[in-house]
Amino acid sequence: MIEEKSTALKEKSLKKAPTGIAGLDEITYGGLPEGRPILVCGSAGSGKTLLAMEFLVKGARNYGEPGVFVAFEETSEELTENFASLGFDLEDLEAGNRLIIDHIHIDKSEIEETGEYDLEGLFIRLGLAIDSIGARRVALDTLEVLFSGFQNETILRSELRRLFRWLKEKGVTAVVTGERGEASLTRYGLEEYVADCVILLDNRMEEQIATRRLRIVKYRGSKHGTNEYPFLIEEDGISVLPITSLSLEHEASAERISTGIKRLDTMLGDQGCYRGSTILISGTAGTGKTSFAARFCKAACKRGERCLYFAFEESPSQIIRNMRSIGIDLQPYIDSGMMQIDATRPVTYGMEMHLIDIRRSMETFGPDVVVVDPISNLSNAGTDNEVKQMLTRLIDHMKLRNVTVICTSLVDHDSAECVNAQGISSLMDTWIKLRFFESDSELNRGISVIKSRGMEHSNQIREYLLTDNGIEIQDVYLGPAGGLLMGSARAAMEAKELAEAAAQNKAVAQRKRELENKLKSLDAKITALDSEYDKEKEELKRLISEDKLRCEGLEDNKKEIASIRKADTSE
Amino acid sequence: MTGNGETGVSEIKDSTEDFEEALARAQDDEYVLRLYVAGMSPKSMQAIANIKRICEEHLPGKYHLEIIDIYQYPIFAKDGQIVAAPTLVKELPPPLRKLIGSMENTERVLLGMDLKSRSDKK
Repeated sequence: MIEEKSTALKEKSLKKAPTGIAGLDEITYGGLPEGRPILVCGSAGSGKTLLAMEFLVKGARNYGEPGVFVAFEETSEELTENFASLGFDLEDLEAGNRLIIDHIHIDKSEIEETGEYDLEGLFIRLGLAIDSIGARRVALDTLEVLFSGFQNETILRSELRRLFRWLKEKGVTAVVTGERGEASLTRYGLEEYVADCVILLDNRMEEQIATRRLRIVKYRGSKHGTNEYPFLIEEDGISVLPITSLSLEHEASAERISTGIKRLDTMLGDQGCYRGSTILISGTAGTGKTSFAARFCKAACKRGERCLYFAFEESPSQIIRNMRSIGIDLQPYIDSGMMQIDATRPVTYGMEMHLIDIRRSMETFGPDVVVVDPISNLSNAGTDNEVKQMLTRLIDHMKLRNVTVICTSLVDHDSAECVNAQGISSLMDTWIKLRFFESDSELNRGISVIKSRGMEHSNQIREYLLTDNGIEIQDVYLGPAGGLLMGSARAAMEAKELAEAAAQNKAVAQRKRELENKLKSLDAKITALDSEYDKEKEELKRLISEDKLRCEGLEDNKKEIASIRKADTSE
Repeated sequence: MTGNGETGVSEIKDSTEDFEEALARAQDDEYVLRLYVAGMSPKSMQAIANIKRICEEHLPGKYHLEIIDIYQYPIFAKDGQIVAAPTLVKELPPPLRKLIGSMENTERVLLGMDLKSRSDKK
């Protein structure tokens, strides 16, 4: 009973026209309200025309809904040219009767108003276009041009009201764009006619970097995401980034791969990290983040995996030279095409362009391992929050392809709050922290594994050296106070231990000798006692036999005396 | 798109050809005008009556007027870049002008047709 009711309600509830725009359907829970007008407002260059056009193109291409684009500002040729760069072949769609672009030219200078009029011409043209291809979607870009062309606002407003009613009656989903006003959503208050769905686009400058954002101001009869969502204009159209709705459904690989440093593998549960996981190497300047990343690359290339290295700080030749100095030669892998270094300055262009660039490179190169060095430098290309969202997007993209990602992150201080580089640590599966330890007027490098999801890992801080033979993680020496000994203190401790061991050995030998001697002397004593014992025993025997002889002699003597005396015997 | 109402279009074609001829033949001071109306609404009737009156008054024998009902021939609304109805398009002499409305304001009609300059108004 309840079920029946809920399905009936579901059927009655708002039908939606999917936009096909990446991310937008997620935050609108299915798309724009079907058969209703939708207002898209925003300032100049915020992407209104693109959103409107993409809605039509995707509708025609993917959902079998032909569309009519009424352009008040650009001619059909201009639009065709502009959208060709996004891979929208408008001419082809027009030829296939799936799209009509009608350019409505309004030039105030050639118009003279001589009395009562209406906008029947617009209605007829729109009606003709809609009926000729059976359009289900309409875009009006931008309707406000009417306000600059016609003076009589009273007529205009009543005609607009009629237009929206008419569009609803026609049952077309109509995207209407409007210029952002200072106090209101649109300059001419179009929002009062469009009550169903209003989307606001914004192109803000923050710290000299342009950020595009999208917000659904209202959506009658439907739930919708209420946040401001950053969006990109990518090579294939708009891409909205609803960070909260990113899926976490990628397959996790159980395969373990080596980091290229044996002792680091040991620290990571003896087997290294998981394939397809994300590894963050954070550290202050000069701790050797790039070296760790390069070592990883070399190991991966050796295994026959392809490495793509995004360098935001150094040029490829500089990286190769510097890595060669610590015994990591990447040149052969670059020559053989196993490895590629893409170097760009983060400030060259905005965050979104970087992402597009990275994704494009990944598409063409097809890497197994990606290095972003350093990820913290990307913050120069956007605000913190934006960077985090973009990175989430990027990392998600890589994880879906089972690509192992190594990100290095430059941190300013060793303090705990600063290591949380861009707040991205939550996106990372393994976090290796490199830092300097200052002791005995020395700076020594220490490595520790802060976290590593899905494996046992060492809790120890280990010292490591950047040597001619690469990165060497050292043995652990604890000082008297329990602290880790590093650098010369560790070396001194090593020497001291050696000396102590030698001394110990000597002492043991001495003691052994002493004991042996004592045993020997005891042995001698035992022999002496033994012989004494024998002697005494001999003596005793002799005494007994002598005594016996003496007794026998006495008896004999008695008998003799008796026989001599002729005395009778006592018995 | 142009396929609808084949007979209607061919019927109008003759007059359009005439019109094109008129355009070609037009003297320097001849007016070539097109009035687009949306059906026979009061506004349309008013506009037709008004423009005829004004032309007869100010341009006797020197004008060519064509009336097009965009309900019947919607394609002309597209080709002529018509948004408002009624719209009178002054094709010749240049510059091109669009006079919209019921043509009841004679002053403005004359201004729009360059039959009266704006300085005269003062």
